[in-house]
Amino acid sequence: MDSFILQILNGLDKGSAYALIALGLTLIFGTLGVVNFAHGALFMIGAFCAVTMQRILSLSRTVVDETQTDFLGNPLQTQVPYVQDWFGPVAGAAIQDWAVPLAIFLTIPVMLLVGFGMERGLIKHFYKRPHADQILVTFGLAIVIGEIIKAFYGANPIQTPMPSAFVGTVDLGRYLGLGEGAVAYPTWRLVYFFFSAAIIAAVFAFLQFTTFGMVVRAGMADRETVGMLGIDIDKRFTFMFGLAASVAGLAGMMYAPILSPHYNIGMDFLVLSFVVVVVGGMGSLPGAVLAGFLLGITQSFFSNPAFKGYFVELLRLEGTFAGTVITGLDQIIIYLVAIIILLTRPRGLLGRKGVMED
Amino acid sequence: MTKTTYSRRRVLKTGAVAGTAGLMMPTYLRAAAHEGFTNAPTGDTVTIGFNVPQTGPYAEEGLDELRAQELAVQHLNGEGDGGMLNTFSQKNLDGTGILGKKVQFVTGDTQTKSDVARASAQSMIQKDGCIMINGGSSSGVAVAVQGLCQDAGVIFMAGLTHSNDTTGKDRKANGFRHFFNGYMSGAALAPVLQTAYGSDRRAYHLTADYTWGWTQQESIAAATEALGWETTQNVLTPVGAGDFSSYIAPILNSGADVLVLNHYGGDMVNSLTQAVQFGLKDKQVNGKNFEIVVPLYSELMAKGAGANIEGVYGSMNWNWQLEDEGTKAFVKSFGEKYGFPPSNAAHTCYVQTLLYADAVTRAGSFNPCAVVEALEDFEFSGMGNGDVLYRGADHQCFKDVLVMQGVAGSGNANMVGYDTLSLVELTPRAQVEYEPDHPMFAGGSLGECNPGA
Repeated sequence: MDSFILQILNGLDKGSAYALIALGLTLIFGTLGVVNFAHGALFMIGAFCAVTMQRILSLSRTVVDETQTDFLGNPLQTQVPYVQDWFGPVAGAAIQDWAVPLAIFLTIPVMLLVGFGMERGLIKHFYKRPHADQILVTFGLAIVIGEIIKAFYGANPIQTPMPSAFVGTVDLGRYLGLGEGAVAYPTWRLVYFFFSAAIIAAVFAFLQFTTFGMVVRAGMADRETVGMLGIDIDKRFTFMFGLAASVAGLAGMMYAPILSPHYNIGMDFLVLSFVVVVVGGMGSLPGAVLAGFLLGITQSFFSNPAFKGYFVELLRLEGTFAGTVITGLDQIIIYLVAIIILLTRPRGLLGRKGVMED
Repeated sequence: MTKTTYSRRRVLKTGAVAGTAGLMMPTYLRAAAHEGFTNAPTGDTVTIGFNVPQTGPYAEEGLDELRAQELAVQHLNGEGDGGMLNTFSQKNLDGTGILGKKVQFVTGDTQTKSDVARASAQSMIQKDGCIMINGGSSSGVAVAVQGLCQDAGVIFMAGLTHSNDTTGKDRKANGFRHFFNGYMSGAALAPVLQTAYGSDRRAYHLTADYTWGWTQQESIAAATEALGWETTQNVLTPVGAGDFSSYIAPILNSGADVLVLNHYGGDMVNSLTQAVQFGLKDKQVNGKNFEIVVPLYSELMAKGAGANIEGVYGSMNWNWQLEDEGTKAFVKSFGEKYGFPPSNAAHTCYVQTLLYADAVTRAGSFNPCAVVEALEDFEFSGMGNGDVLYRGADHQCFKDVLVMQGVAGSGNANMVGYDTLSLVELTPRAQVEYEPDHPMFAGGSLGECNPGA
């Protein structure tokens, strides 16, 4: 039971990252009709906003310590962070410790700027072009962004620690009556799950309960009619691109302590997020969220050797070729599920008729 | 006046003796040594190829290798302070290049992909005329490029490759590995682990699903089981999985009290970080503290993992903190040129370049078969690893192996990864040696050296 709960939690955690990226992808596709293969790069930029904030808060002045030597025998140069000069060693260290959450003040403006820049500078020229052109140009853009990040930050993963208050695990077993220590789950992953849930709820609330959101939804349903009512729908859609970029960026920023950012991190998530969008149904926001969590949990269970062993035993396939195939399913299970769902529901779980069917 | 008479029988006899003697002579003393091989240098320069990952997941490591290789070329050409040329037990290299030819180099990007690495090596051999290929940061790549060099008739001086297979089942006559291997890691680590954690342990392995991961896991499991440890499970994980949480969660209640991470590079950074986040290092199982072991360490991985490596044991081929004269000379040269210490990947590529140059000089020829003969069973010192043997039977270097442990470090941001690994034990060479036909290395044959054209 405890292993089962742990895998559910893992699936929810992974699924919330997929859902956030897929939500942004769907927003862009639903509003602008653009298949944005650079969306993973936006996730990566968000993660590197956390890294950048960490570096900004670590900006230091150099002090030469004559009493110590470096590896070459020269006087040791030590670094004293400016924040510790300004706020004192204790408060300064605490501010540095909270670099990732504080990165929200950098991530939102940067992502809005990047989103607007991408849409106005490049994507808008491809609105009326075939989806294949959109995929090619956005994929190329993703590679360019990745290489720029690599040039500035290097190719190695960069450790981006969470605040020390969130280091360690929460003993969920005690709350669930399963015994002390039976289900211990990393605190920051729980924070990530609730953060994602809050962002998803905020996006839905924005679209559902504000006039701006109502116009956007109307535009998604029938762009021409809304335009004929004298509403500048393009401007609103540009804003939605910025919003989608911000959602991806925030997802990446908060994921940085879980997965050390590197220049290719966006690609790792992009392909799976596209599968999530297709399984959820192109253009369906609830579908993207639902499929994100569904595929996250599925992948999590099929990565668990105990679960796969149980599955093989249940089907009485021990020692057979099929049994061996099942134990190696973790990397392809998402695609298998996608194939099954698309065979049975060609528009995805909550897809609408007519979307991407021309 | 003396009249010399030649009978047919005498001429035949003399010819046979001369022929036999010729065949028995080392290749490098035969006239053919200087011609009839791939990319025989004709002018006053010789070109060697550095094939390292310059992009992709191991790019940082590859770039560090490249720094060291450039430094080696400078030293060979008489520039800089000479580095390890001053401490190397052989004194054949005098800063005038190799056999009087100035050394020049070309670089290739393996991207840590076997097919790309082969294409890059092929281009360096065919287009650039390289006589030797050096570098790399993956066993899959090393095995692929070694095979290509064997077929092309050039020497391959492997870079960072730790799979037993490189000098085991995939060994080749034209390929040489200075770096240590999975078996040596197990042999060096096991006694230290026994002292630190006892003999009654249950180990859970997470293993990268490719040649290096498989052979390292096999080696570590065998070495720890010989001490009484039990291997509870070995789970293969895809390379570049990123999020290992689904693989780590089942460990929590598996009854295991040690996690062995047979991961490298970014995978190790992520899996270790996530294992720590799941509270494994703070956990008590079977009345003991849960422990994590990372059998193969590198400075750049330690840098990525930050504070998570504290207390974690691992092994290395070499470390800049060693206090022998060779290490000091190399660290000084590298540190003054680049501003930070060299990694063990950099060290192995630097040493391999010098060893190749020395072998050519001793052989008096660039002929790959002459170089092979010069390197086989070659013993040397002064290169940072004590007394070293390049064994002729499998072209594997045997030397002391370092057991390291993660520590807090000095707090100097520029030294993270370099001073966060502390030397625990310098395992003597004798303890990590094995027979060439050891089961973990069986199934391969060096074959004949191939001089190519």
